[in-house]
Amino acid sequence: MLRLFGNANYDFIGARRYAYGLTAAILLPGLLFLLLKGLNYSIEFTGGTLLQVRSNKAVNVADLRSGLDREGVHGAEIQNFGAENEYVIRARIAKPGSDANDTQATADAVRSALDKVLGAGNYTVARTEAVGPKVGGELRQKAFLAIFLSFFAVLAYLAYRFEWRFGLAAVIATAHDILATIAFIGVLRLEVSLTVVAAVLSMVGYSLNDTIIIFDRVRENLHKHKQERFAQILNRSINETLPRSVLTHGTTMASLLALTIFGGEVIRPFALVMLFGVFTGTFSSIYIASPVLMAIEQRWPGPAARGHLAPKKAAPSSPTRKPQTVG
Amino acid sequence: MFATIRSRLILIAILVVASVYFLFPRNVTLRERGANGVMRDTVVTRVPLKRGLDLQGGMHLALELDQSKQVSADPKKDLDLALTVLRKRIDEFGVEEPLVQKVGDARIVVELAGITDPARAKAIVQRSAFLEFKITNETGALEKALPAMDRTLRAMGVKGAVEPEKPSAVQQLLGGDTTRPAGADSARPDTAKAKGAKGAARDTVAEDTTPVPGGVLSGLIQPAGPGGVPGEYAVPETAFPRVDSLINLPAVKRHLPRGLVLRWSSAPTSVGVQPVRFLYALDDKSIVTGANLVDAQAQLDPLTNGPIVTFELDRAGGRRFGDETGRHVGDYMAILLDGRVQGRPPVIQSRIGRNGQITLGGKSLQEAQDLALTLKAGALPIPLKIVEERQVGASLGSDSIRKGITAGLVGTALVILIMLVFYRLSGALAVIALGFYLLFTLGALSMVDATLTLPGLAGIVLSIGIAVDANVLIFERIREELMHGKTVRLAIDEGFKHAMNAIIDSNVSAVLTALFLFQFGTGPVKGFAVTLIMGIIASMITAIFVTRTFFMIWLQRRPALSTLSI
Repeated sequence: MLRLFGNANYDFIGARRYAYGLTAAILLPGLLFLLLKGLNYSIEFTGGTLLQVRSNKAVNVADLRSGLDREGVHGAEIQNFGAENEYVIRARIAKPGSDANDTQATADAVRSALDKVLGAGNYTVARTEAVGPKVGGELRQKAFLAIFLSFFAVLAYLAYRFEWRFGLAAVIATAHDILATIAFIGVLRLEVSLTVVAAVLSMVGYSLNDTIIIFDRVRENLHKHKQERFAQILNRSINETLPRSVLTHGTTMASLLALTIFGGEVIRPFALVMLFGVFTGTFSSIYIASPVLMAIEQRWPGPAARGHLAPKKAAPSSPTRKPQTVG
Repeated sequence: MFATIRSRLILIAILVVASVYFLFPRNVTLRERGANGVMRDTVVTRVPLKRGLDLQGGMHLALELDQSKQVSADPKKDLDLALTVLRKRIDEFGVEEPLVQKVGDARIVVELAGITDPARAKAIVQRSAFLEFKITNETGALEKALPAMDRTLRAMGVKGAVEPEKPSAVQQLLGGDTTRPAGADSARPDTAKAKGAKGAARDTVAEDTTPVPGGVLSGLIQPAGPGGVPGEYAVPETAFPRVDSLINLPAVKRHLPRGLVLRWSSAPTSVGVQPVRFLYALDDKSIVTGANLVDAQAQLDPLTNGPIVTFELDRAGGRRFGDETGRHVGDYMAILLDGRVQGRPPVIQSRIGRNGQITLGGKSLQEAQDLALTLKAGALPIPLKIVEERQVGASLGSDSIRKGITAGLVGTALVILIMLVFYRLSGALAVIALGFYLLFTLGALSMVDATLTLPGLAGIVLSIGIAVDANVLIFERIREELMHGKTVRLAIDEGFKHAMNAIIDSNVSAVLTALFLFQFGTGPVKGFAVTLIMGIIASMITAIFVTRTFFMIWLQRRPALSTLSI
């Protein structure tokens, strides 16, 4: 029987301070980077015009850019996209509130610039997107709202199935995942498109899944091992679910690697974000969700954890006292 | 319930049959435009799983009422009206399974799959198609009003010299042939010459900032002269935008006699060396409008071989048209489409009944067909503006499908390998269950008529990796139970029982996030969310129910099983 981490017995909870340090070391620079550089929103969110062009002859980017300038399309981004002579041209709307029909005029201007630089018939437009600024703004709002509302739905469901302490811990871990993923997107300069938002939300689901499986074990072990400390219960639960975690993450990563390598340019950001999500989700389930659950139980002990916590009468004034950890 | 293997197998068989049924290629009726331009129905046999625009190529448009020129009194009603009109037009346009629907209360989404001429589709969607018939003014009312307009403009400080065109130049040009019609395209080569004329004009009156003697407008707007169409005025094409903005100033408009409106011709006309744009003074009251139209057909004029659109009016419209044209015999009638005069107004020879025709100079038959189509579908109450447009070429779509399938195959192979290496025979059961999972997911997607999009395809590939999770959970649990010294039979029972809570809780949370994704997303992302939800449900059924059944069969065949290949 091939079993990875079969009878693992690691002291995850004992190492939580190092994990906190690692989290801070990743999140703080990441968020600082975000503050300075911001996110690279796709035109779906900013409004603007995108053309994906396949040319059957070599494209000189500088020529193309000056051609665009001559047509009055200034500051367009020209980016190689997968194949050699395939390019994506993005022209964003400079000032919000400008007319939506501008995007139509911009698309026409880009086409006429292409006609002049590459010659009509020497290229095909594989994809066009023209999004008015109002639509883009609405979409951004809706995306944030969706992430925010899904938080509450999950919190409510977990409160119903477990209790609110578990729900809160899971949501805090998820918040960590989202922050880390956004920082990842920012640092890699991935374009924030609808598909990437979909990846973030799927990542949320995946990470929650992982957290819930550990929490489910915690709930079970709290009943089974009445004598153990809360930290021991957490360690035991994480270790017991470790083989499952390793295998599921393995199959998920196999799918995602296949998508990253073979799925094509359009889907690659999605696969990359999910791939990162698998790592951060695994990390947060073990090192964020579980210690946070312990901290919450220590401050506001719940019925399930009662009897597993450090004796209260010894130090009523310091409820967050670190319980003894057993490796 | 389902305690016996027999009842379980029956249920699995029902699910398989249902999935195959929903995926079985069937006949789909399509409306297409035949070679002769007439719509006809064709029947195609294919798998009924819809592909999204990003996979098969096509166009997605989001439209809103454009109230910049015309304010809607009741936007909600106008949007509903626009929706009906667009549905009719798109139906006639002949696209396979078009989508025209209202999103929220201010937006219409149009999705046209597999179209090859996006510009034409956009024109059909956006054209207001408001048809009017108006009699041209014969009293020279505009000439009489021009001096007053010029005085007003002078008082406002508008000087004629801002625009280099000089009346002398225009008059000189108008001496030429005024009857030669020309399409929009023929005007292009003339612009170079026009620029030459402009330069010459500037040389004679170099940098003159004094007002033009005749006034700004009377200098630029020239009556057609004797023999021309009454109420027709020529404006140099180069001065067209400027004159248009000047005559629309409220202070200038005020001088226009009551009951008179000014309308431009739809395209410039070549007169002499310089293209001119005709301006028409028309009776405000329309004889009849497109609202009374019941039919419109595109044809080739047997005489000129140019495209024409013949139309038929309803009873009431026909009566009014007949009465009015009977009263105006010998007068000229302008045909306006979306506020622009089409062609030169013809003289009314005699009373016209319910049938008439519009001559389209220099246009293709297809343009005539599109015009007939939009006229028949009715006018948009308020013009529409495009707020979002996405267009994907068909080749990019098939590229995406190919890449998605490659990724799917590689991912599946890896997952199968991992499962077999770690769980051996039990892993093989899970792999078979994975096959059922794919079948059920696709069947369910087809059943709810979901659209398969590129993110959706990625979702399926991803879900192959995640779908085995439930089986992994169960298998790991069974291993634990075995290690605690339980018998194979008991370990399997306990394994399934104890893994259940975790599976349900984690999957319900995942469905919850997917529901929010569905709620917020547009096209492609919605497709992804639906795929995710269906995948989660299917994976729960296969992991819990199908794999369990396999184990039951296994145990029944080998009742004395003491070690499990897991």
